[in-house]
Amino acid sequence: MTTLTTTKTPVRGRPARPKRRISGLHAYTLALIAWLILPIAIMILFGFNDTRSKQNFEWQGFTLKWYAHLFDKGDLTTAVINSLTIALLSTLITTILGTFAGLALGRYRFRGKGSTNLVLFMAISCPEIVMGASLLSMFVTFNLPRGYLTILVAHVMFSIAFVAVTVRARVVGLDPAVEEAAQDLGAGPWTRFRLVTLPMIMPGVVAGALLAFVLSIDDFIITNFTSGSTITFPLWIYGSTRTGTPPQVNVMGTLIFAVGIVIAVVSARRNMRAPR
Amino acid sequence: MTETQQAPARDDPGRAVPAIELTGVEKAYYAHGETVAAVRGVDLEIGQGEFFSLLGPSGCGKTTTMRMIAGFEEPTAGAVHLHGQDVTGVSPNRRDVNMVFQSYALFPHMSVFENVAFGLRRRGVPKADITRRVGEMLDIVDLAGRERRRPAELSGGQQQRVALARALVNRPRALLLDEPLGALDLKLRQAMQVELKRIQREVGITFVYVTHDQSEALTMSDRIAVMNDGLIEQLGTPREIYEHPASRFVAGFIGTSNLLDGEVAEMGQGTAVISYGPDGRIEVPVRDGVKVAAGQRLELTIRPEKIDIGLDKPADGLCAVRGTVTEVVYLGTSTSYNITTHTGADVVVFLQNATSADDIATRGDSVWLSWEPRHSYAIGAPQ
Repeated sequence: MTTLTTTKTPVRGRPARPKRRISGLHAYTLALIAWLILPIAIMILFGFNDTRSKQNFEWQGFTLKWYAHLFDKGDLTTAVINSLTIALLSTLITTILGTFAGLALGRYRFRGKGSTNLVLFMAISCPEIVMGASLLSMFVTFNLPRGYLTILVAHVMFSIAFVAVTVRARVVGLDPAVEEAAQDLGAGPWTRFRLVTLPMIMPGVVAGALLAFVLSIDDFIITNFTSGSTITFPLWIYGSTRTGTPPQVNVMGTLIFAVGIVIAVVSARRNMRAPR
Repeated sequence: MTETQQAPARDDPGRAVPAIELTGVEKAYYAHGETVAAVRGVDLEIGQGEFFSLLGPSGCGKTTTMRMIAGFEEPTAGAVHLHGQDVTGVSPNRRDVNMVFQSYALFPHMSVFENVAFGLRRRGVPKADITRRVGEMLDIVDLAGRERRRPAELSGGQQQRVALARALVNRPRALLLDEPLGALDLKLRQAMQVELKRIQREVGITFVYVTHDQSEALTMSDRIAVMNDGLIEQLGTPREIYEHPASRFVAGFIGTSNLLDGEVAEMGQGTAVISYGPDGRIEVPVRDGVKVAAGQRLELTIRPEKIDIGLDKPADGLCAVRGTVTEVVYLGTSTSYNITTHTGADVVVFLQNATSADDIATRGDSVWLSWEPRHSYAIGAPQ
């Protein structure tokens, strides 16, 4: 018995607070955050740079004039509008098609399911350079003039798999009895989809749509192959690097980034509020 | 014509139309190139307002049978009638029955009110009526005041009651319940059993209850169909099924049962007499269905609580078998004795601890087992 009492007694009350010092883990975490945020911070910062030269690398004082003269570069504005409309349209088409594909793959057994899954996986894993080159040769073979439409087709093509996969993951996690319950309570197929299935897979659909939008708006490689003479935001920036990137590019980038942050925060808050 | 009526239930105005009628219902699945029979010919008539249970082990076809009534499965052969109407091939949303799912299957994105109102809205019931009927139903299931909650904010028992209300509010011809209490803990399950019975009495709707829990079926049902391997083994009231199991399977599945067998010494009027061991004698009633003659072996069942234990040879009218006590287990309200008979069969006996403070016998004692002939039941030739 004595041996038991002499063993180390547990400390009562609060555990001792560890000493305040930057540990290795802290340093690592800070370094990682810096690594992720620094390029974006510099982009935002140089949007306020009062540069006079064509190059925008040297800090020359704070100004808001690039925000005031945001649309001064006409072809840049066109490129941004192209990028935004292509992203919105391709997201819309992709989300609709991808959601139904994900539903079918997650819920039903059908002939060709295995090959559909394989094709989706290939679309995700295929290097963009390969996909871009093959799309170009296909459009040339079919004698399709390259431009806005071919960019849109290409964007739908490479982002559809991402939506399908996200929705499928959500569908697989659903209890099929919930849809049966809706049917049992008198709901026909369309009502069932509208009132029960769609609201339940909505988080997957929204995630897929955001992914599709992001993939489309900053795509360079595939767009470069399929664009013809149409210019999008990434293509314009690439072209401008040879002569000097104007601060408007930083401003546009900042604004797109800000919208992305707002969407992310809103969706995170919604997820927190709605109990699953 | 009057003697060969095909469907007496539907033609005879004197008899009520059954709420649910299954005739020769079969269901086969095709899996990996072979046919698997889930239900192999079920005939059932479930009366209006009846609490009817389909009881059996998993894979016996009870859930498939229920899903054929709901319309989620179509029978490979046979027909389903609801209130005399053939509904075979009618989709579930057009059948006047509602189901309570094992997983409750509540709509997670809707409030309790919207969940319960779902069926009424689909049928275009006026708004004011919906509010009133949902309110009444939530009162019945004791969930008044929780209308605005989401299912995830409710306890398991409360979710269960929402599922019940969501189905019952439509006043279906029959309510189908698929192991609805399976996910609840024992205390809550027992409370819900009583609650379900009360609600069923209150609303007067036919309940069809699928369960593998024999005590649940015995507690709640007016009648039980015991299913095994796609067929109904026995159909009857809980008392009939418990006291007179018609087969070895039923005897074994419901409660604890002792099986004894011996050679028939003589056949009486509806009874068989078996001489058991050197000085034992068993008299057992034989139903019409069981074919047995003197000289053949016969197997019978007897419930543990029907047997008495004594040290002296019992009175003449009783069945009497000798054995040795191998185990005595004190269970609080009763004591369980394991006894090996002189012919080597193991018998379990439950004795109530009502009066005697001491055990009647202890391990190793040689005892007499006795019971009234009417409490045992002949099954047929032993396997």
